[in-house]
Amino acid sequence: MAERPAYPAAHPAEVRVVSQRFGDPRAATLAGYLDTGGYQALGKALGLNGGEAMAPEAIIEEVKKSSLRGRGGAGFPTGLKWSFIPKGGDKPKYVLCNADESEPGTCKDRLILEHDPFAIIEGITIAGRAIGAQRGFIYIRGEYRYVLDIMQRALAEAYAAGYLGANIRGSGFSFDILAHTGAGAYECGEESALMESLEGKRGIPRLKPPFPAISGLYGCPTVINNVETLASVPPIILRGGDWFLNIGLPKNGGPRLFSLSGQVQNRGVYELPLGFPLRRLIEEVGGGVLGGSLKAVVPGGSSTPIFTAEEALGLNLDYDSVGKAGSFLGSGGVVVINDRTCMVRFALRVMQFYRHESCGWCVPCREGTNWLQLALTRFHRGDGRPEDVDLFTDVAQNILGRTLCPLGDAAAMPILSIVRKFRSEFEDHLHGRPCPFAAESSAVPVA
Amino acid sequence: MSVFSPATRDRFERLAASYPQPRSALVPMLLYAQDELGYLPPEAIAEIAALLGETELAVREVIGYYSMLRTAPAGRYHVQVCTNISCMLRGGEEVLAHCQRRLGIHNRQTTPDGMFSIEEVECMGACAWAPALQVNYDFHQELDPAKVDEILEKYRRQG
Repeated sequence: MAERPAYPAAHPAEVRVVSQRFGDPRAATLAGYLDTGGYQALGKALGLNGGEAMAPEAIIEEVKKSSLRGRGGAGFPTGLKWSFIPKGGDKPKYVLCNADESEPGTCKDRLILEHDPFAIIEGITIAGRAIGAQRGFIYIRGEYRYVLDIMQRALAEAYAAGYLGANIRGSGFSFDILAHTGAGAYECGEESALMESLEGKRGIPRLKPPFPAISGLYGCPTVINNVETLASVPPIILRGGDWFLNIGLPKNGGPRLFSLSGQVQNRGVYELPLGFPLRRLIEEVGGGVLGGSLKAVVPGGSSTPIFTAEEALGLNLDYDSVGKAGSFLGSGGVVVINDRTCMVRFALRVMQFYRHESCGWCVPCREGTNWLQLALTRFHRGDGRPEDVDLFTDVAQNILGRTLCPLGDAAAMPILSIVRKFRSEFEDHLHGRPCPFAAESSAVPVA
Repeated sequence: MSVFSPATRDRFERLAASYPQPRSALVPMLLYAQDELGYLPPEAIAEIAALLGETELAVREVIGYYSMLRTAPAGRYHVQVCTNISCMLRGGEEVLAHCQRRLGIHNRQTTPDGMFSIEEVECMGACAWAPALQVNYDFHQELDPAKVDEILEKYRRQG
């Protein structure tokens, strides 16, 4: 009796590239995938359709030209990442597809995995060809069991038809992919923690350098990319890097998926050109704010610094614009917050999450998130002291940049921005006054 | 004597052989073991450790890290309610409170008949269709108290 999200027709502002097959039942089978243009990119890369095979360097060059940047959070240029893999060498190389989607506010990779599994398989295979790997893994978060089932069925079909395994379609290129399940851990979305987990261990991050391109899975050169990043590869190879680049902006190629959630009318996952105005996303695509007027927007998942309404309405959604404005495009998880929401409570819920997910390896993150959750709980309940407001900032500053992996920063950045931009709301909670939003916000104590 | 069904035992052996290093199969194995047994009893841990040539301690260390893995039984229907930001902004905490009232148990408790258990969980990737919950692996979305009642009743009737 499980429910699946429905897929409305594309909004006129959308440019559907990785979402081109969303809602198309044909994409569930290999035959249908082939009918809808599937595997033409791999055909081009491997020279399966009579043409000459592309050199691995040419594949990387095309991806570089597209200015495709990582869709998982960090926004690193994909082609450049691939080019870091050393040529030759004795060690096997690996391609990892990060399908551990867990950043609060993000629900887009789930749709690609569900609706276009073969596009991901094709993208991983092309990546494998480009870097000289023979094996790939898809690490899927444990909660997405139906997605794992979909992916395993798709892999079995691809093997049966010779699109995976030894000597793919007579090309001489061999490649294997295995779908792997996690078992509940946000931290495993961090690349080195994911590799630890895939090696059967606790998902503790590794000290970098060495970076995965030199020493990744099993100590071997490894490329790790987000689901959406890899699903963008076949269209880039097929239609060219320039075509993809021109959909977006210089250094910000293509469209990307935005997960629009929170207090907005038309929530959903929308594929929009990079540089799309946030105001249009909320007002035109999203149909406007629900239950009040706009107070704040989280631009790229819960770890990214928050924007006030005024900042948000002047912002364009590309990596560089959001970066210049002091935050990150992150995973594209746009969370809309109305003026009846208590920002102290919001900060507390964000901190509760990071405290729960901190793996405990680095002391500043383990201790800092715990103390911040405790202090914010006390503060929100009305037992705050005036000096607490600066204390929150001080503790967060002492997490920032002091941990092995970005989870520490992810916990510190939102609280720093919320205290700075909504300080008066914190002050309104002082001197034993009840939460000013208690009457209208949906406050139920968090266990 | 294996604690697992012959099919699961076969699956584990294939799984261990399908990675460059058998230990890579550990996390999936633990989750599949839990799917079959409801939790990870000591016998299951010992058998998986032996299968992979690891110590039981190494296996327990891994179990302790992953939030979905448990060493004590939960309800037959494990109701996992998300209260993270996108759900919170759309009433996820009310959904959790409603589940607790309706089932008469608190977070991380099981009903006396063993039918239901509740857990407040973190973001499950249903942000645009919030508030959401999962019963075992099944997603339910765009919830309100009336819809939660319907869902719980369906599972109850299913037995």
